[in-house]
Amino acid sequence: MAVSFTVNGDKRQVEGDPAKPLLWVLREDLAMVGTKFGCGAGLCGACTVHVGGEAVRSCQTPLGDVAGKAITTIEGVQKSDPGKRVAAAWVKLDVPQCGYCQAGQIMSATALLATSPKPSDEEIDAAMMGNLCRCSTYVRIRAAIREAAGIKEAQA
Amino acid sequence: MSATVLSRRGFISASLLAGGGLLFDLNLPIAQAADGAPVILTAFIRILPDNRVIIGAKNAEVGQGAKTMLPMMIAEELDVDWSQVTIEQTHADAKIFGGQSAGGSRTTPREWVPTRQAGAAARAMLVAAAAQGWGVAPEGLKTASGKVIDPTSGKSATYASLAAAAAKLPPPDPSTLKLKNAADFRIIGRSVGGVDTPAIVAGKPLYGIDFTLPGMLYAVLETCPAFGGTIKSANIDVVKALPGVAHVLTIKGDGTAESGHDGIAILSKSWWTANQAREKLAIDWDMSAVSGFSTDAYAAQAAGKRKAKAESEIVRAGDVDAAFASAVKTVAADYSYPFLAHGNLEPQNCTALFKDGAIEIWAPTQNPENGRGLVAKALNLPPEKIRINFNRIGGGFGRRLMNDYMVQAASIAAQLPGVPVKLLWTRQQDIQRDFYRPAGWHGFRAALDKDGRMTAFHDHFVTFGKDGKPLRAAEMPAHEPPAGLVPNALLEQSFLATNLPTGWLRAPGSNALAFVTQAFLDEVAAAAGKDLPTLMLELLGDPKELPRGTNQPPFLTARAKGVIEKVVAMSGWASRTSLPRGTGKGFAFYYSHMGYFAEVVEVAIADGAPKVKTVWVAGDVGSQIINPINALHQVEGSVIEGLSQALAGQQITQVAGAVEQANFDTHPYLRISDAPKIVTEFVKTDYPPTGLGEPALPPVIPALVNAIHAATGKRIRSLPITPEMLA
Repeated sequence: MAVSFTVNGDKRQVEGDPAKPLLWVLREDLAMVGTKFGCGAGLCGACTVHVGGEAVRSCQTPLGDVAGKAITTIEGVQKSDPGKRVAAAWVKLDVPQCGYCQAGQIMSATALLATSPKPSDEEIDAAMMGNLCRCSTYVRIRAAIREAAGIKEAQA
Repeated sequence: MSATVLSRRGFISASLLAGGGLLFDLNLPIAQAADGAPVILTAFIRILPDNRVIIGAKNAEVGQGAKTMLPMMIAEELDVDWSQVTIEQTHADAKIFGGQSAGGSRTTPREWVPTRQAGAAARAMLVAAAAQGWGVAPEGLKTASGKVIDPTSGKSATYASLAAAAAKLPPPDPSTLKLKNAADFRIIGRSVGGVDTPAIVAGKPLYGIDFTLPGMLYAVLETCPAFGGTIKSANIDVVKALPGVAHVLTIKGDGTAESGHDGIAILSKSWWTANQAREKLAIDWDMSAVSGFSTDAYAAQAAGKRKAKAESEIVRAGDVDAAFASAVKTVAADYSYPFLAHGNLEPQNCTALFKDGAIEIWAPTQNPENGRGLVAKALNLPPEKIRINFNRIGGGFGRRLMNDYMVQAASIAAQLPGVPVKLLWTRQQDIQRDFYRPAGWHGFRAALDKDGRMTAFHDHFVTFGKDGKPLRAAEMPAHEPPAGLVPNALLEQSFLATNLPTGWLRAPGSNALAFVTQAFLDEVAAAAGKDLPTLMLELLGDPKELPRGTNQPPFLTARAKGVIEKVVAMSGWASRTSLPRGTGKGFAFYYSHMGYFAEVVEVAIADGAPKVKTVWVAGDVGSQIINPINALHQVEGSVIEGLSQALAGQQITQVAGAVEQANFDTHPYLRISDAPKIVTEFVKTDYPPTGLGEPALPPVIPALVNAIHAATGKRIRSLPITPEMLA
């Protein structure tokens, strides 16, 4: 079955099993490996991408479900203004340690700022809870989201 | 200080590159590093015609920052601007590069002198070339930003212009090189972001899982649910006939976990297709030899061992029996902790290509030479026929010191000459085929005299062992405090058998021993009517050096005292009793991996659950924080990882020989909402810098449980912490 959609604004068509998760379509069929495999069960968030602007776990999103949809991945997230600001904050604060989860973190953070430009700490926690960082860079993730949102450090 | 660094004459060869650049192959053998490991450092420094400098990073990058830090140290002594530097990962070859393992927080102490010498040696050759060309003495020349400058004549020359002449000069003896004073550092001590950070943020392929070769096949590998099981039969023909399946192969382990286990590999152009086919694979396993191992059985056996006489003594000092007989007060408590998995976010994987009797491997490994040895044995290949390349690693934590996945990938590739193969595990396989942090049980006793002084310490440690020896990462050292700090001490042990492979998890040994010893000492302090910092300072006593065995620097009580006093001041410890009800502060100190760390945790109990508000960290890792931004990173990550072990519900349990946990729901980690405020200060002392990958982790766990006691009056004596413990 051929499924058409866009990835980072480019038209794509993939022939394959509609049950194949978008994660593996991106990594194998489209050779876009920035989106990471962590758990295969929607538990870690490493595979987070945007479908129609919403952060979703691509390991739990079958190819058949993205027909006609607009997909954004880590490779293209900096084309949007919030994505650009998030990526810049990630570099400025040097958020990554091993870095493996960070594509997913950036996708979740960008989706948050797209809908909530000045998120509260509670909103940040709620939006980022699904993204596991095994190196525990959470202190800096929170600081980088505030930086990208232009929020001054609320408390010391 | 005792961290002796003996240098002997090394060699440097330099050669011209095509296009006019210069390659310095700096091979500076240093007889002994701080941890006693023989070190032969080779760093490649390439000076390009446009005066850019390419510096080779020789260690695997697991997120500890070595790929950035080691080149910083070379660039500092080479005296170039950081903006001139490009970093390249080297491949793995101990003969060329020396030690390349990434573990034990050893990179910093091992490399502090030789890596800077590598930069200084190249600089000396460039200065000598300029001196020769200008007919002046090299002593009068200076360097800056990749140029040699003659202050007298005002002449200057770029390194690139001097490179060809420098290559013809004899290399300097490393022992004659003068390294910079810390006051002159321009790169060391400044925060430098990770070299790969921009590529990570852009989603560029960096990791083992991302690496591809033309014509590559993906492999999935099914192994026995219980370690040590063997294959009786399998429906291989059924799986072979499934669409998209290219090959189904059987691989044989050698019976050790280190070399991998018996398994059936399914190969396809698509990993997803191969993994779908794996779900149709039906293997009849013989698990009879290992099905008796279970968590419940260990607990019952440990209780029995605790009641019986210990099987062997680890250390005996003074007269423990007499001290307990004359004690005014005694304290006794049992502590325990579970097996833990590593949970690296990037599942184990490895790419291999076997061709013409040689194999090339692309591996996210922390310990490449160990892998080379295992692959050589498994494939019956000479080591020189094995080339190992590093990929960036999506989390190490000690898991990738083991190379079972490398042996498996090599064993599959060897059956398909000319076909590149990438083996990739599922998350469930990653959690169920680990080398686990071993569980353990401790039965503690302490004796106090009439003045409230601790006079004796006794621990009967029940651990996992074989043939009367502890398994990997299951041992307790003879100097485990408070042994060595009290006049009478007895550490003894008994052993349980297990089929689970054990291994090093970040701060191995220490991550468990700090919890049990510092939590128990908090009980002892309370019984003596004092707080733990006071008890620790009493036990440490006057400044002294306590030996830590050959190849290890001694434990210096003055450095311990320094961080304890620092964290007490930072954390408002003295006013802790004025905290609101249900809130408490706890303290702990621990020395591991040459780092001295004292930490205070503030916890609040809300709806029966502990919530960590703030963690104060005082650490002493010597005279110099090499890359401050990364130093903070390592401390913060260590602190939250330690809290995860206590609070997230982590434990590996076994039924009928097999591990029960399968993913991050059943082996969880803390999330962003649980991340506390972390306040870190480094106490600078006049000792060589040591590593930060691990030593901040161990004390946070006992500081947490001691804080919970302060908040609730309840002692946490086993991990993970459950709601029932606080009810």
